[in-house]
Order: sequence, then structure tokens, then C-alpha cells
Amino acid sequence: MSLGDPVIPDEEVISRSFDATLMRRLLRYLRPYRYRVLLSVGLLLILSGLSLVGPYIIKTAIDGAIAADDLPLDERLNTLTTLSALFLAALALEFSVRYVQMLITQYVGQRVMYDLRLEIFTHLQKLSLTYFNRNPVGRLMTRVTSDVEVLNEMFTSGVVQIFGDIFLLAGIIAAMVLINAKLALITFSVLPMIFFTSYVFRRRVRDSYRDVRTRLARMNSALQESLTGMKVIQLFTAEKRSFERFRALNADHREAHLRSIFYYAVFFPVIQVIGALSAALIIWFGGRSLLEGALTFGALTAFLQYTSHFFQPIRDLSEKYNVLQSAMASSERIFLLLDTKPAITAPAIGAPGGKKRTASQATSLPRKGTIEFDHVWFAYNDDDWVLRDITLTVEEGERLALVGATGSGKSTLVTLLGRFYDVRRGAIRVGGVDVRELDPAELRRRIGTVLQDVFLFSGTIDRNIRLGDETISREEMIAASRIANAHSFVSRLEGKYDHVLQERGVGLSTGERQLLAFSRAIAFDPEIFVLDEATSNIDSETEALIQEALEKIMSRRTSIVIAHRLSTIRKVDRIAVLHHGEIREMGSHAELLRRNGLYRKLHDLEFGGGTPGPTGSISR
Amino acid sequence: MRELLRLRPYLARYRRSYAVGTLHVLITNAITLLGPLVLKRAVDELRAGVLTMPLAGYAAILVGLSCAQGIFRFWMRRVMIGASRRIEYDLRNDLFEHLESLSVPFYDKMRTGDIVARATNDLNAVRMFLGPAIMYVANTVFTVTIGLTMMVYIDWRLTVVALIPFPVLSVVVNRLGKRLHTLFARIQEQYSAISTHVQENISGIRVVKAFVREEEQVGRFRLLNNEFIRRNMSMVKLWGLFFPFMGLLTGIALLIVLWYGGMRVIAGKLTLGGFVAFTTYLGMLTWPAIAIGWVLNMIQRGAASMGRIGELLDETAQIASPPTARAVEIRGELEFDGVSFAYDDEPILRGVDVAVHAGETVAVVGGIGSGKSTLLSLVPRLFDPTEGEIRLDGVPLRTIPLPQLRAAVGFVPQETFLFSMTVGENILFGAPTVGDDRLREICAIVRIEEDLAKFPKGLDTMVGERGVLLSGGQKQRIALARAIARDPRILVLDDSLSSVDVRTEEEILAGLRRFRRGRTTLIVSHRLSAVRDADRIVVLEKGAVAESGSHGELIGGHGFYLRLYERQKLKRELEGLA
Repeated sequence: MSLGDPVIPDEEVISRSFDATLMRRLLRYLRPYRYRVLLSVGLLLILSGLSLVGPYIIKTAIDGAIAADDLPLDERLNTLTTLSALFLAALALEFSVRYVQMLITQYVGQRVMYDLRLEIFTHLQKLSLTYFNRNPVGRLMTRVTSDVEVLNEMFTSGVVQIFGDIFLLAGIIAAMVLINAKLALITFSVLPMIFFTSYVFRRRVRDSYRDVRTRLARMNSALQESLTGMKVIQLFTAEKRSFERFRALNADHREAHLRSIFYYAVFFPVIQVIGALSAALIIWFGGRSLLEGALTFGALTAFLQYTSHFFQPIRDLSEKYNVLQSAMASSERIFLLLDTKPAITAPAIGAPGGKKRTASQATSLPRKGTIEFDHVWFAYNDDDWVLRDITLTVEEGERLALVGATGSGKSTLVTLLGRFYDVRRGAIRVGGVDVRELDPAELRRRIGTVLQDVFLFSGTIDRNIRLGDETISREEMIAASRIANAHSFVSRLEGKYDHVLQERGVGLSTGERQLLAFSRAIAFDPEIFVLDEATSNIDSETEALIQEALEKIMSRRTSIVIAHRLSTIRKVDRIAVLHHGEIREMGSHAELLRRNGLYRKLHDLEFGGGTPGPTGSISR
Repeated sequence: MRELLRLRPYLARYRRSYAVGTLHVLITNAITLLGPLVLKRAVDELRAGVLTMPLAGYAAILVGLSCAQGIFRFWMRRVMIGASRRIEYDLRNDLFEHLESLSVPFYDKMRTGDIVARATNDLNAVRMFLGPAIMYVANTVFTVTIGLTMMVYIDWRLTVVALIPFPVLSVVVNRLGKRLHTLFARIQEQYSAISTHVQENISGIRVVKAFVREEEQVGRFRLLNNEFIRRNMSMVKLWGLFFPFMGLLTGIALLIVLWYGGMRVIAGKLTLGGFVAFTTYLGMLTWPAIAIGWVLNMIQRGAASMGRIGELLDETAQIASPPTARAVEIRGELEFDGVSFAYDDEPILRGVDVAVHAGETVAVVGGIGSGKSTLLSLVPRLFDPTEGEIRLDGVPLRTIPLPQLRAAVGFVPQETFLFSMTVGENILFGAPTVGDDRLREICAIVRIEEDLAKFPKGLDTMVGERGVLLSGGQKQRIALARAIARDPRILVLDDSLSSVDVRTEEEILAGLRRFRRGRTTLIVSHRLSAVRDADRIVVLEKGAVAESGSHGELIGGHGFYLRLYERQKLKRELEGLA
């Protein structure tokens, strides 16, 4: 098992979607810019025309002046000068048109990338935690950044140019037919070979690019993970092994690229040989016609020129073929992400086909109310039940503590309340309404959560408390921090609330991070407060401050607290004891102690007896 | 451009590939130029009406030449682009290896998303320089050389006149190159910013969701994205000028040939066939000339990116083994001698003196920010003290080979990081050779067996990235097992059982008691139950040792420890009354 192997290899088996479908979907992103695209194509059309003008002027110059030995010298020189002037005009025009066309194309490409990147990122925000559990950070990063870059290449140098190339091709074909239909047909006789070659190469090229993208994502995941866990790697002197794992993935990635080079390197020369074949045919047949007098000398030269021009767009297309296939491989992955339906959404109410998933249509959350867990079953995987038939009601304003050994399902239970996952069976109701009928955003806004792992963003303390919510004023933010007793340590930092934290809050102690997480929860002033085991890392001195803050928070709110601290438990109205995903006991601290059951055992072990030493005197 | 000099050793390593590739470029080009010669002869003969060879012969030669060219072109690409992929691979390996040597302070400052961007996106830009750019440069040089030679051979006067527009080119290339370089650096920088934002967003997605900050996150992303587009467009505006400009220059050259060359044909100083061949050769120069723009782009982009990769490579490992390091036998006697440590000029530890005998267990307690974790992290040299010295068995830590030191220290950090491997692989992360029996014993010590039995595949259960699907207590126990598996002389527990419930902690400590025998143990905890048993307890206050002694001695004093003890005792008594 290697370091970067995906948790769930869902992307290994990508359905072989049809090119045309993918292409049509990609082109849809051009829709908002269709007028610009049209303009760009129009300009390309002009450019195609202009590029035909050059050879034509030269042909006329040869036939009408340079090789026209029978005409008077003056006339020949005049014709030549006039034609040269025309040529110059065409050049100037081509220059300006090309620049404008290029700007438009690039602009459209950049905008499309912008839209696409934003769409992917926005979509990611909607996906549920299950998705993030399954997909390593590195893989998702690859989607938003590098896969989009590949598409960028297609949109800027590919798509629009392809239109241009096709027009150019059409123009040249027309010109050739006009000059000499028979010779033109002979030239075109090689076209079926080109189609055949492209057909043969298409699948292989695409497969090789698919390979490249998968391996790139895998390598990036390993890289990302190794960087995040570098401290552990170094502590365990696992540098060599870690490097070997990375090297293997890197080598895989390289091999995939080398394979794709093979196809790329073969395809282009093959097209060129076919091109030479058609030039040879022209010399052969055209030369014969010339000798028979059926063709002028200028026409033959022009034909030879047109043939090289004829193959220019075809060569271009074959070069872009790679870009295109590579883009297809990337877009498959991007669309796979975009097509992942968020498992958790606001319910769609109203007429089918109408607008879905808007907050306004979801049942709005009653301002306050009870929390009911009604025969709740939950498992992360298959039938590996973490919660079994939990039934529990928390009254409005009530404070409930969840107690139980590690792995008893406490954390899972509160996670379900915020609808990070949906229950498998049963229902959770807030104020009598099933949480699945609510807009998750609306629901979560009412719940203030302090998570087990405190995640801090790089940025200022201020930003980490307010999380960029401008509706919370700076004063409110500081007030929240005071309630959480974070103010004193923040005041000691350089720049105070504008102190910039490093990634993941490096430099802060665990206790300090937890104080910040508290401030964050308080600042958002929720109606329901959920605390998940967070106090366990704070030293006794700070804990006293936290307890004081906690009391303030809980006094006005319906609260569910997972705690190991007796002092916390003593502040609540009721305690539920969880064991192996089931509620075993329920009642107040005193009641439960009297019952002499599981709670009593937990209590004695955790807060009282069981520890040898000179402090055996708890319950006198 | 200077940044690219760094690539010299890599280029040297693959010099044969590049030499062979260049040779293929040469041959490919020679063949390309033969084509027009054949054509010229055919056309001249056709015009004169005397054929020295049947037309079919000319046709066959043309096709034959093209086949030969195709074969060489294939090898040219295969060899040169292949070499660039191989260098990319080498360079990425070197970068990774280098990153592994960099110490914790570097990772505290540098963001993961930024490093990832440099190792992928920037490296790709460098790769483009190493492959296509070098190939096209070689191609351009040869085509131009041979093309020019042929043109001079046909009519030197016409050649000189036709080349009049080109000196302008060098001026433009020079000016543009510098500007492009800056623009590219700015683009790559912004790409890093995007990458960093995405990385943080995904890592912190739980917080984002819990506080419904999705829109704000999208808003920030939009801003970064906007800036990215803006920087890209300012590059496009400049670079976009280059392509048409090159087209214009070669067009003007063609114009000169048409007009002046036409005159010369009319004047009888040039044959018509010569004229046709001349325009063909000039046409051949058009593409390489236009490609200069493209190549310039790749070179500048590659240089800017190599600069960014170079920044990483130039970081030196602050913590490394000295060249004179000699392996020593480690017994486990630790001595902190006047140890001070400052983080960004902020003093964390001030003159700590602690001596730990081999096999002794020492607990460190203290309030928030007292420097406990920092003190412990100095032992495996995650940081080096700014002042003072730590000695292991009388030998300064800095003189012990780093791998040996770290192998001797079993460290369980405060924040648990697990890799997305199986539970078993995580436990054996630092000791892959440990056998199954020993692994079972370790699992027993850390009390994870019961949990394992509940996992779908036991030890072979995959841990989600960063151990997502495990509870905090389970993660901590796996991290502890990981440290024990190394069979270290020194065990360092940095508040590493905080998420385990007290009952389990008791059991683990009991299990550890046997394991600890004969091993030096340093332990930080907020729970008195965990530290009470220690041979000695050191109390830190504001980075300095305030008290030290056994549990019994310290509760006889009147410092922090007594207060801590009394607070916890009082709490219990209060609770007992309920």
C-alpha cells in the first residue's frame, strides 16, 4: 500500500464518456461569451482569407510579371510594384486583425477558466463531509487548479483556433477546386488516410492522458500529505521510506507521460508523410498536365503552395489533437466532480421543474424549540452501526451532557444534529421539523459548534473569530473573545486581533486555539450550542476561565455538551450515557450516581477511584 | 534567465539524450530543406520542358524524404521531450528529498498549498523549458542556419535585402523578455495563492460548513481568481503582440523578396526556379521565426518558475547532523543546561536546567503558554535551543547523528497526524520490520484492541486522510503505538492522551508502566493522575523552572503544583458531595 493511494479509488474507473457529449458540455461554457466567440471566429475567417491572398498575389506576380517574358518591361515592373503594395496592405491588415483576435480569444479563455474554477470551488462547498472523507485534499486541489489549467490551454489555443483552421481548410479547398478541379481531387485523395489515422490514435491518446491525470492527482495527494505530516516523517526518521513511496508515484507519473509522448511523436510525422504524398501526387499528375498544356505554370506553383497551406491547418489540428485529448481527460474528471450530487441539500419543495434548493422554499426553522432524536440509526460504512436506535429529547433551553467511553458515538450524534451526515433510519427534529426539511445553511447558522479538532485558518485572529462575517462587528468580536477569556492572551500578541496566524495556527498552544474556537462559537451567537470534547486539552487554570464562560453561553441556549470534565457535567440539567451507540442511562448527575450503574462506574473511574495515590478521599 | 543555470547538472546528466535529439533535429531539418531543392529542380525542368527523370521519380523522392523525415522527427521528439520528463522526475525527487530535510520552522512559515504549487505547476513550466523550448530552439537555429545558407547560395544579394527587418526583432525580444519574466512571476505567485486558499478550504471544510461560511469562502476565492485573470490578461496583452508582430516581420521579408526578387528575375539576374525556391526557403523561416515568440514565452516562464523552485532548494536545513557526527550508544540520560528558546524573538523558554537520569520518568506541568511542549520538542531536535545546550549521555544533542537521535526518541505529539494508510501501517510507520506478535503486544499496551475488533478490517482498516473517521482518542492511541513500536530509549508524551477518557488513560498508563521500565520518559499532562507517578515533576512557569521534586515534595511546598493539586482535589470533593 503506498502513501498516496486514494482512500476510495473512485476515479480509477471513469466511465468512458462519449467525446461529443463532453465537447458539447465544454462548449456550453462559451455560451455567455458567444458574441465574442463569434467575433473571434469572424476575425479568424478574415485571417484565413488574408492568408490565401499572399500566395495568390505571388501567383499573379509570377504569371503576370516575373515570368511574363512576352510583355513589355515597363508593364511588368508596374504590375510587380502594384502587387507588392497590395501585399503590404494585406500584411498590415493581417497584423491588426490577428492581434485583436488573439486578445479576444485569450480573454474568453481566461473568463471561461474563471467561471469553471469558481463553479468547481462553489460546488465543492456544497458537497457533504462524506465526500471529503473519501477524497484526499491533494486530489481535490488538482481538480480546481491543474485540471482547469489544462482546459485553459484548450480554450485559448484550441477551440477557437479549430474553427479558424476549419474555415481555412474550406477556403483552401475552394481555391484549389477553382484553379483546377481534377488536380484538387487528386490532392484530396489523401484525406481518408488522415481520417483513418486520427481514428486509430484517438483512443490511445486519450487513454494515455487519462492515465497521466490520475497519476498526477495521486502524486499530488501524496505530496500534500507528506508536507502536512512532515513533522511525523522526520520524528520517525521515515524520510527514506517516504521518499521511496513518493519516488514510485513520481515514476508512475513519468511513465504515463512517456507513453503519451510516444503517441504524440508518432501521430504528427504520420500526418506529415501523408502531406508529402499529396505534394508528390501534384508533381506527378500536375507536371504531366503542364507538359500536356492543360495547366499553366503559375497554377502549378500556386497548387504546390496551396498544398503546403492545405496541410498547415491539418498539422495544426493534429497538434491540437493532443491538447484536445488532454483536455478531454481533464474535463472528465472535472465533470465527475461537478456531477457529484451533494448528499445533503435543502429539500426541493414546490412544482417539479421549478427552482430547486433555495432556502426560501425549505421549511423555515422555528425560532426556538426542542431537539428530538427519534429512533436514530447511523453508520459511516455499510452496516457498521455507530448509533443504534437513539431516542432523546432536549427541551428548549435545556442543557444536556453526553457521557460515554471513546468510540461510544457521542461525537457522531452531535455531528448528525448539524446535518453533516444524514441519519440512516429514524429522524432528527428541531422544533418539531425534520432537519432534512430544512436548509442546512439555515440550520447550521443556529447551531454554534466547538469541534474536537480546532482548525485555524492562516490569517488574522480577527478573521479566525469572525470567519469573515461582516455582520459581526469588531466590537462584538472582541466582546465574544472576552467572554471566552481569549482576550488576555490575544492582547499579549503582537498586533492583537490583527496578529497574523500561520497555517493551522502554528505558534499557538493547544489551549489558546481552543479559546479561539470558543470565541468563534460565541461570536456567531447561536441558539443551540454544541461542544464536542474540546475542553479536554486545556490546563486546569485556563479551564476555570472556560467553565465560567461556558456557564454564560449555556445559560441562554439549548446546549448539548460532550464532556470529560465533571465540572461541566455538573452544569447541565440532564446526562445521557452512551455505550456502543446506545443510550444506556439518562438522568441528573445525582440520580445517575444513585442508580449505581454504568454512569457510576464511568464517574468513579474518571473522576474518583481507580487511581492509586494519596487522594482517595472523594465522597466523605 | 540566470535561474535556469541551476538546471545545468540535470542537463549534463541527460547530455546524451540532448545530443542525440539535437542530431535528429539537424537531420530532420536537412531533409526538410532537401524537399524544396527537389521541387526547384522539377519545376525548372518542367518550365524548360526537358525532364532528366520521370515525374514519378520526383514524386517518389518527395515521399521518401518525407518518410525519412518523419522517422527522425519521431525520434527527435521522443528523445528530447522524454529527457525533459526524466529531468522533471529527477528534479521533483530532489525537491521532495530536500523538503524532507527542512526542519519544522520552515514548515511553520511556508504554506502547504504554496509548496504544492511550486512542486507541480512551476515544475511543469520548467519542464516546458527543458523539453519543447530547447527542442524548438535547436530547430530554429538549424532551420535558420541551413535556410539562410541555401538562400545565400541562390542569391546572396537578395538574402541581405530580405533580412533587413530582422535586427528589429532582437531589440524587441530583449525588451519583451524582461517584462514577460516579471509578469510570469506574478502569475505564478497568484496561482500559489489560489492553490493555498483551496488547500486550506478543503482542510478546514468542517469549520466552513459548521459556521456556514461557504459564501465567504467563495467570495475570497473569487477575488483571488479575479486577480489571477487580471495578471494573466496583462501578460496576454503584451505577449499577444508578439505573434502578429513576427508574422508581420516575415511578411515584410517576403514582400521584399517579391518586389526586389521579382525585379531581379525580370532583369535576368535570377532564374524563375531560383525565385520559387527562395520564397519557399523564406517561407520555411516563417514558422521558426514565429516560434521564437513561443519559445521566449516558455523560457521566461521557465526561468520565473525555476526561481520559485530555487527558493525552496535554497532553504537550508536549520537542523541537521554535523559532518563530524559519530554514532554513540544511547542510554537515555538527558541534561538541559541553561536552555532558552525564542520563537520569532518571543522568549518561550528562559534558562531551563533539568537533569533526567537514564530510566527516570519526569513529568512537566505548567499553565497555558508556560513552554512545556516547546521543552519536549527540543529533545528530538524539532527545534534547537537559541541558548544553552541539551546533552544526551553527556554528549551535546547537536553532535549526535540526527537519524540516530530520532530513532532513540519515541515522540507522541500533542496534535495527532495519521497518514492515509491502514491502521497497522500507521503503527509501524517508524518501524516497518516489527513482527506480528510484537504488533499485537503494542496494541494491547495502548488499549486499541477492542476498537480494532470493531473496525471492518481490523489492523488493515484504511485511515481516512488525516484519520478523519477515527475518534480523537483512537487517533491518539494509534500515535502512541507508533512511538512505542520504535522501541525507543526515550519516550516523550506531549499531552498525548488528552482525548482518551480517564479510564482508558489509566489502563494505558498501567500498560506503559512496564514498558517504561529502564526507559527515560518525559511526560506533559494536565491530569494529575498522569503525572503523580513520575519520579520527578518539573513545574514550568513562563518558560522557567519554578519548582521540581516528587509529588510528595511538591504538595509540601506552596507553588503552582500545590495549587493545581488543591484545585483538582477540591473539585473532586465538591463533586463527591453532590
